[in-house]
Amino acid sequence: MLTVRSLHTYYGNIHALKGVSLHVRSGEIVALIGANGAGKTTLVHSIAGLLRPQKGSILYKEEDITGLAPEAVVERGIALVPEGRQIFATLSVEANLEMGAFIHRNRRDQVRRDMDALLERFPILRERRRQLAGTLSGGEQQMLAISRALMARPEFLLLDEPSMGLAPLVIREIFAIIRRLRDEGRTILLIEQNARAALQIADRGYVMETGKVVLQGEGRELLAHREVQRAYLGKGSKEIWDA
Amino acid sequence: MTVESRPIWEPEKECMDRGELEQLQLERLQATLNRVYRNVAFYRKRFREIDFVPEDDLTELADLKRLPFTTRDDVSNSYPYDMFAVPLREVVRVHTSSGTSVNPRVVGYTKRDLKNWAQLTARVLASAGVTHDDVIQITFAYGLLSGGLGIHYGAERLGASVLPTSVGRTERQIKIMQDFRTTALVSTPSYALIIADRMEELGVDPKQLSLRFAICAGEPWTEEMRREIEERLFVTATDNYGISEVMGPGVAGECLEKTGMHFQEDHFLLEVIDPETGRECEPGELGELVITTLTKEAFPVIRYRTGDLCRIVPGTCPCGRTFRRISRIEGRCDNVVVIKGVNIIPERIGDILEQVKGERPVYQLVATRRGRLDQLEIWIEITERLFFDKMREQRTLVDEMRQKVANFIGIVPRIKLVERGSLEREGDRVIPFVDRRSE
Repeated sequence: MLTVRSLHTYYGNIHALKGVSLHVRSGEIVALIGANGAGKTTLVHSIAGLLRPQKGSILYKEEDITGLAPEAVVERGIALVPEGRQIFATLSVEANLEMGAFIHRNRRDQVRRDMDALLERFPILRERRRQLAGTLSGGEQQMLAISRALMARPEFLLLDEPSMGLAPLVIREIFAIIRRLRDEGRTILLIEQNARAALQIADRGYVMETGKVVLQGEGRELLAHREVQRAYLGKGSKEIWDA
Repeated sequence: MTVESRPIWEPEKECMDRGELEQLQLERLQATLNRVYRNVAFYRKRFREIDFVPEDDLTELADLKRLPFTTRDDVSNSYPYDMFAVPLREVVRVHTSSGTSVNPRVVGYTKRDLKNWAQLTARVLASAGVTHDDVIQITFAYGLLSGGLGIHYGAERLGASVLPTSVGRTERQIKIMQDFRTTALVSTPSYALIIADRMEELGVDPKQLSLRFAICAGEPWTEEMRREIEERLFVTATDNYGISEVMGPGVAGECLEKTGMHFQEDHFLLEVIDPETGRECEPGELGELVITTLTKEAFPVIRYRTGDLCRIVPGTCPCGRTFRRISRIEGRCDNVVVIKGVNIIPERIGDILEQVKGERPVYQLVATRRGRLDQLEIWIEITERLFFDKMREQRTLVDEMRQKVANFIGIVPRIKLVERGSLEREGDRVIPFVDRRSE
């Protein structure tokens, strides 16, 4: 469904992506794990149209979407749930959801129906529909960020660090939601520093280091991989690459 | 005989769409190169010499061709661990190649390597017809060589009942085969025939055995040998290919169509090159097999020259697997002679000549040059079966030989019949090839 080939992207002066290739098949959850600064967010922003790759290509449903504007990417059916939620804190929950439906702004009825369905799905958001988003808890804000992305009716979701700053119980809830989104037929690229949680729900995963992919495999396989365990799951020493 | 349909072990991989396969290969190749560049001094040095940085210079699969080949000597010189790409504590198994050089070639496997290996040999066995219902007798060497254990784990993975009899003691092998009701024999092709010979001597009727499959590898063999194994042991015989430096068994294996060995392209990149010039061969053209590993962690190899000669079989296979096929290994590069730009293995010419009269003549290939033109002569020692009183019959025989060889190698040779015992010998063996082009 999504194919990235030999992508190079600069983030400012930093050569953040150095020839990254990966693919996500329809209906898969694919996890992208790696330490801070490995290039995960740069990759997601390149796909979402927020950064312009210097070299390489991004194909979505066989169409080259490399370098498209963010809005055009959303129109193709790809929505981003950004790192740190980035909800509009001074707007109400409902207003946030409406922003997510920006590309459908001329279809008032559809937007209304979608919003009702989401509020049905997340009762906590319905309770707080008129509250300012900034007053929500971290977990609620994450739910809102995901819901806002869903308002665009995407088939493909890019989730950037959805567990960041959340308590373990809340993380579990968010990951249950992610799994359900997939079971409903959506395809997901999940960026995570929380490698264990991500690999547990992922079909496949890629491990990035300094802008490059160094490992890949099935989720379970990577979870059991000693390099991954050492470097990202806190087992044993971290000296694995200190040659 | 119709081809039985047998389940494919990993259809989602083995029958993969070629476009998807290429993306997977690219991803895996990039990760492999990133890792060897960082972890293996040998490759880092080699890449730097040609100013190749994987992250910048490998944007498509074809870019691999910029990289230098890795040779058997390179691996020998890294004895024992210098080309390992992970620290030794990640290595859970070590094997060595059978070798003629001073230092054997040492290879290592991580846990994940072993898992992949078992999966790949399971694929090969499944494609040869073996299922979990089979009793499989493995007559390859167990120990430091990779043959025995390599097949062993794949057979267990498949769920077959494994008899790890290892090499030798043919009488015992036959007794086990009878008593344990072996259904699948894993052996070198020549050992399968040794078993057949010994059975004959012992008066064992192969029809009384439960044997159904012979899975052969480990040495170059021929279609005639296959026929003989199948007829004498009442089995379906298939070919498979492995090489320790790359992995061991499991690199490629024939399906029951018996039209070449499917090369496990999701784990290995396949190239066939002209051993003289390094040029890429056309499909169907004989050349040296060159392999790059895509998933090996402990001991990855980049463009490894196997020294084995084969061809890429053109076209697709009706079995449904999309992996390309390689022909049987026709010989070793060390034995190859090049005449008129064609790679010829003297041994294989003998196979052709043998077809004509059912007897392998004593022969010698001679390359000569007239002006700028290379010529191939085949000198054959005359025997009673090859000698005719009538000129016409003699000519017919020679014509037939010439025709058969020409069809096989694409060069029309001159055939000369010579007196018995007149060919140049080394000890009691006739020298297979004499080069008179520079005379």
